[in-house]
Amino acid sequence: MNVATSTATMADSAKRPEQTILQIQQVTKMFGDTKAVNDVSLEIRKGEIFALLGGSGCGKTTLLRMLAGFERPTAGRIILDGQDITALPPYERPINMMFQSYALFPHMSVEQNIAFGLKQDGMTRNQIGDRVAHMLKLVHMSKYARRKPHQLSGGQRQRVALARSLAKHPKLLLLDEPMGALDKKLRTQMQLEVVNIIESVGVTCVMVTHDQEEAMTMAGRLGIMDSGEICQVGSPTEVYEYPNSRLTAEFIGSVNIFEGVVNEQAEDAEELLITSSELECPLELSLNASVSAGMPVAVAVRPEKISVSFERPEQAANWVKGTVSDIAYLGGISTYHVEITGGRRIQCTVANVARSTQDRATWGDEVYLSWDTASGVVLTS
Amino acid sequence: MKLNKLSLTVLTLGFAFLYLPIVLLIGYSFNESRLVTVWAGFSTKWYGELFADDQMMSAVWLSLKIAMGASTGAIILGTLAAFALVRFGRFWGHTLFGSMINAPLVMPDVITGLSLLLLFVAMGQLFGWPSERGSLTILLAHITFCTAYAAIVISSRLKEMDLSLEEAAMDLGAHPFKVFWLVTLPIIAPSLVAGWLLSFTLSMDDLVIASFVSGPGSTTLPMVVFSSVRLGVSPKINALATLIVLVVSIAVCIAWWFARKAERDAQMLPDEE
Repeated sequence: MNVATSTATMADSAKRPEQTILQIQQVTKMFGDTKAVNDVSLEIRKGEIFALLGGSGCGKTTLLRMLAGFERPTAGRIILDGQDITALPPYERPINMMFQSYALFPHMSVEQNIAFGLKQDGMTRNQIGDRVAHMLKLVHMSKYARRKPHQLSGGQRQRVALARSLAKHPKLLLLDEPMGALDKKLRTQMQLEVVNIIESVGVTCVMVTHDQEEAMTMAGRLGIMDSGEICQVGSPTEVYEYPNSRLTAEFIGSVNIFEGVVNEQAEDAEELLITSSELECPLELSLNASVSAGMPVAVAVRPEKISVSFERPEQAANWVKGTVSDIAYLGGISTYHVEITGGRRIQCTVANVARSTQDRATWGDEVYLSWDTASGVVLTS
Repeated sequence: MKLNKLSLTVLTLGFAFLYLPIVLLIGYSFNESRLVTVWAGFSTKWYGELFADDQMMSAVWLSLKIAMGASTGAIILGTLAAFALVRFGRFWGHTLFGSMINAPLVMPDVITGLSLLLLFVAMGQLFGWPSERGSLTILLAHITFCTAYAAIVISSRLKEMDLSLEEAAMDLGAHPFKVFWLVTLPIIAPSLVAGWLLSFTLSMDDLVIASFVSGPGSTTLPMVVFSSVRLGVSPKINALATLIVLVVSIAVCIAWWFARKAERDAQMLPDEE
């Protein structure tokens, strides 16, 4: 497990182009007395898809609107490709945005919508015609060139909106909740399609979403935002497997958190032992955080890293006994809710490899839950 | 849906109460007799006499000209006012301005007319403009009260408009003025048409305010109708009224068609693939 994740991380970093195209430097935005965005600094690399992920009211949309130029930062600077664009109005920025509502002009046809931005640049008729045709082909909408937006389905509207925001070859593409207006099934399909189109054009992209699945599918790197601040930046794997705080651990996916205290340890120890009042045995983890003895910490264990068995595991640490109190069957996987001594419930997921459920634990069974030393993550904040 | 007997009766009575007078008026406009209340056979001669009446026809033209000018002026001022109210956020005096725009709707015509008369007289004495009262002062007075109606119609449409449309236009490189011209204006156009038609009818209809601010030689249609009725009702008036009803019905139908079209455009479901 550990080997697999670390190679994935290495592969990710090897692929990344290192040239920075957008720098957000200590940007703050106040609305009256409230800080919508608080001292955010971020660097976006050329050609990457970066997702700002957070709940509603975390400031992600405000940050995006500052990049587009609809809001002026109260403090800080935004630098795009070496040029300070902090004070530029939206119509002078080489940035285009795809709006959550798509904002297609209802009185114009698909063609005219895509041509709108090109006309503002004073391109000739022929150039515009060629570019529009190329864009329509890119998003597979050539058949619908003369339709009005109200004659299109949700997915088609999104393609037109994407084509319109790419038509001017912007240096930066902004996506505001790109799948927000689509139903679940179409969403999964469009996520991959949009990523393919963006990657084929090679444009740098910053997107905003509250849907972690969407962010992890589409983006190469994520920034988790909460109350106006960026909590963690990293690839989906980094953020999921190595959350740096309880907040990110709980925001991305489900997690079981055990409170505990760090034990005394030998100087050259490779494993860290933590005593938790919730568990009978100690928690043992590979050393991945700088902690000192006696420090109160939290240990996060993802549900899919926990295995369920009827026999008591041989290991001395990282296991707990409990009774199955609930099973959520989701088809591909089942989520078990196991109640341990003290009434605490632990979530673990089991892949439904075999069709029959006969040898599987069921409601009321006494089971042992156990996990690897590499599975837990120590969280100090 | 089937109507039961009671609701059918109520419906018939209600419609009769509303439309019987108008039907009677239209019927009597084709009356042969000089007496309005006595039926003496079918004739269209009163329509001929109506078109031969120079005083009446010049009043019709004056009213049409004033109504056109007033409704055009009203939608220009109304659009500006609606923009200020809807788009500039809650500026200082927003509530005051908002209620003052609506005030002419509830202000009795007599008061509006009298106050405008006093204003025009005072202005005439102070700056020598308008030097005399006539069609210009009627036009100004009509613009004043029609603006209120136009502003309400237009601001309700502006409030519904998705702001991200304007942002998208700006994002694509259009300057604010072009955004207004290329995006905002076409989208609020149905409300401009509706506001224009509403102002037009209101201006055509106004008797009280026009009587206050008119001068010699500028007599609008309602003023002619009102004064001629006082001297004795001529079937000519019935003919004129019939024509007005016809024109108004057509205008209402056009306005309705525009509103329906706008609504259908907004609602039409896309065909899924």
